[in-house]
Amino acid sequence: MDNKRRKFLKMAGATVLAGIGAPAVVKLTSVPALASGSEQAAAGHGSGHGEEQRTGIRLGMVIDMRKFYGNEELLNQAIAACHAVHNVPEIPGRKSEIKWIWKTGFANAFVAQSQNLRSETVKNSQFPVLCNHCDNPSCVKVCPTKATFVNEKNGIVAMDYHRCIGCRFCMAACPFGARSFNWQDPRPFIKTYNPDFPSRMRGVVEKCNFCAERLALGLEPACVEACQGTGAMVFGDLNDPQSEVRKVLSEEFTIQRNAAAGTRPSVFYIV
Amino acid sequence: MIEKTLKGKPAYWIWLAILGTFIAIGWACYFRQYVFGLGLTGMSRDVSWGLYISQFTFLVGVAAGGLMLVLPYYIHNYKAFGRITILGEFLAISALVMCLMFIMADLGQPLRGLNVIFHPTPQSMLFWDMCVLWGYLLLNVLCGWVILTAERKQVPPPKWIYFFVAISIPFAVSIHTVTAMLYCGLPGRHFWLSAIIAPRFLASAFAAGPSLILLACLVMRKYAHFDAGKEAIQKMTTIIMYAVIINTFFFLLEFFVGYYSEVPGHIHSLEYLFFGLEHDGHVYNNLVPFMWTAALFNFTGLGILAYMKIAKVFDYRLVGTAATLIFLALWADKGLGFVFAGFVPNPLEEVTEYIPTLNELGITLGIWATGFFLLTLLYKIAVGIEHEVEA
Amino acid sequence: MYNKTMIITGLVIFVLMVTFPVWYNGLDAGPLPKPELPPGGEKECVASAAFMRDKHMQLLNEWRDDVLRNSDRVTVTVGGKEYRKGLQLACMECHSNKEKFCDSCHDYAAVTPTCWDCHLTPTEAASKKEAH
Repeated sequence: MDNKRRKFLKMAGATVLAGIGAPAVVKLTSVPALASGSEQAAAGHGSGHGEEQRTGIRLGMVIDMRKFYGNEELLNQAIAACHAVHNVPEIPGRKSEIKWIWKTGFANAFVAQSQNLRSETVKNSQFPVLCNHCDNPSCVKVCPTKATFVNEKNGIVAMDYHRCIGCRFCMAACPFGARSFNWQDPRPFIKTYNPDFPSRMRGVVEKCNFCAERLALGLEPACVEACQGTGAMVFGDLNDPQSEVRKVLSEEFTIQRNAAAGTRPSVFYIV
Repeated sequence: MIEKTLKGKPAYWIWLAILGTFIAIGWACYFRQYVFGLGLTGMSRDVSWGLYISQFTFLVGVAAGGLMLVLPYYIHNYKAFGRITILGEFLAISALVMCLMFIMADLGQPLRGLNVIFHPTPQSMLFWDMCVLWGYLLLNVLCGWVILTAERKQVPPPKWIYFFVAISIPFAVSIHTVTAMLYCGLPGRHFWLSAIIAPRFLASAFAAGPSLILLACLVMRKYAHFDAGKEAIQKMTTIIMYAVIINTFFFLLEFFVGYYSEVPGHIHSLEYLFFGLEHDGHVYNNLVPFMWTAALFNFTGLGILAYMKIAKVFDYRLVGTAATLIFLALWADKGLGFVFAGFVPNPLEEVTEYIPTLNELGITLGIWATGFFLLTLLYKIAVGIEHEVEA
Repeated sequence: MYNKTMIITGLVIFVLMVTFPVWYNGLDAGPLPKPELPPGGEKECVASAAFMRDKHMQLLNEWRDDVLRNSDRVTVTVGGKEYRKGLQLACMECHSNKEKFCDSCHDYAAVTPTCWDCHLTPTEAASKKEAH
């Protein structure tokens, strides 16, 4: 625990705003002043055209596939951790399944990339895919009730299940297939409950929330925590030049899924 | 005027009883869906819109199609449409009621439907669609009713109504344009991401709406002593013919863009619709028979209409056949293929096929029956007034 | 007045039908519900009992919007103990007896709030415990 705590604190930097009632997630930015004035730095990544990006905290993730190659078990752990923490039901069959983070082949995860003459490792490995918490999310644009929205304080593409009318426009709009719909009551398919988190009701759309509820407690997202110590998943503020995630991004070549769709995904992959 | 609906021949009552049966079945099916959830439909995580939304899309077109009668009559003072313009307005009312019912049937949380008004979101095309659909519905109710009342009293309609008639014209265009924008503004759905969707929707609407009115005219000519007039019918066939030609042209352009550019995303859905999409050694092709039948109907219908123009013949049976074929072809194009194929393949290039369930079909038929029930009552009123005025 | 008898009879039948629940129950609203207080014996709530009785739904809606939409997850301190904002995280910590607390009034007032479609009651949560 101590070790974990220390690592988190290191990542989060000084707990500048702790104790004065600011949302704990703000702690993820080491120097708030820098974060809000970092557009220039931010424009360097995210999209090749340098168009305007959101300012302020923008949480994102780097997935280092080199840590997952030949270690699918690690991936399974990350998925299991997420689904257990969020009371995600296990509904058998493709039709009604619900998934926040799951694994798929390179050809499925990166449809815009060439599939030709790929290395055996890439061809035979499973890639984690999840909501990209885009900087310019098309799901948010189409939602007729603002049930899905960008949280201005941290850039998370959030869902308000209380407000969702279940029109599924967001599912049609998402270029990553990240959203699931509750075609029926999910409760019978939840194996164990996390008593700190609700389930969903039938008739609403759900997806990854970047563990907003855990960030508030000063914890890392469940999938990131499940990969702790491996560096397979690095999480942090993309707009903060000092963050660990930015450090990785500045050192490694990364790709995003379907960047051509223009939504500016916040999840990057080292392949 | 409503009293006109209370008197009719046995055929009228039998027709209403048949529709009533389907409405009852529809409600029973909806009750099941309401209790269990949309899992009772064939929709899935990958094909997340199905028959409800596709019928909605098609019927918005049928509603907008009434414009092809309103425009010539009110703007170009084309007198031959005098008797049937009201049919266009009443068809729009029924079609829009069906549209709204299909939207409600499709919502996962129907009781929260008003959230669209409580939390208005102008950046969502669905918000604007709600505005224009309700606007067009109310305009048609208003114009239809006021003009019919004036006709009954044999006085000219009040001047102010022409203001609403005039704004109903851009509204008709807007309902289908905004409905197209639901689809054509989504990144990552190549089949829909095409600037020609709105014009294509309008072209097919201007054929489908008048085709249905034409069929209604033929039925009423036989059973309700209502003659729209040969000139009006002929003019409608001309309108339908050109609209079908334009729609077909637009559709073929999509083929050119896909197959000449060879951008995979632009080919996949067309491949799925017409030839079957191969994926992981399996060929997915459940819409292929529908699409080729639609193509056959489309060109046969077009051929009949063209033959009538060229050979200068007029035959009600030929008109009826052509209108039926064209209506069915356009229904398969927009009411099936357009929506379903947009989801194939999914954003991860996996293929899931959609097959509606019986319960879903029950609800769909129930809503169509409700629309036709309403249409029958409205046309009964319109025809009743015409007869009263003539008598 | 035309059709006097018909109209008056109709009105009487209408009024009788509308008031059916009242006279069917013999003008008696039944015994008032007595919601069970927290089994843990906590005496203090986030607001006065009168306020909570009246406004708990508005308060929950405010919390919902604070937490979900405004990232305002400030905790509430009651009786020296800190709680995270939320029905499941704060209220049910003390009122762990949803069936005897929430339901008693809701049943009486014939309201069926949808809270529990998603939020787990302590009973529901205990029914599928994580196996550690």
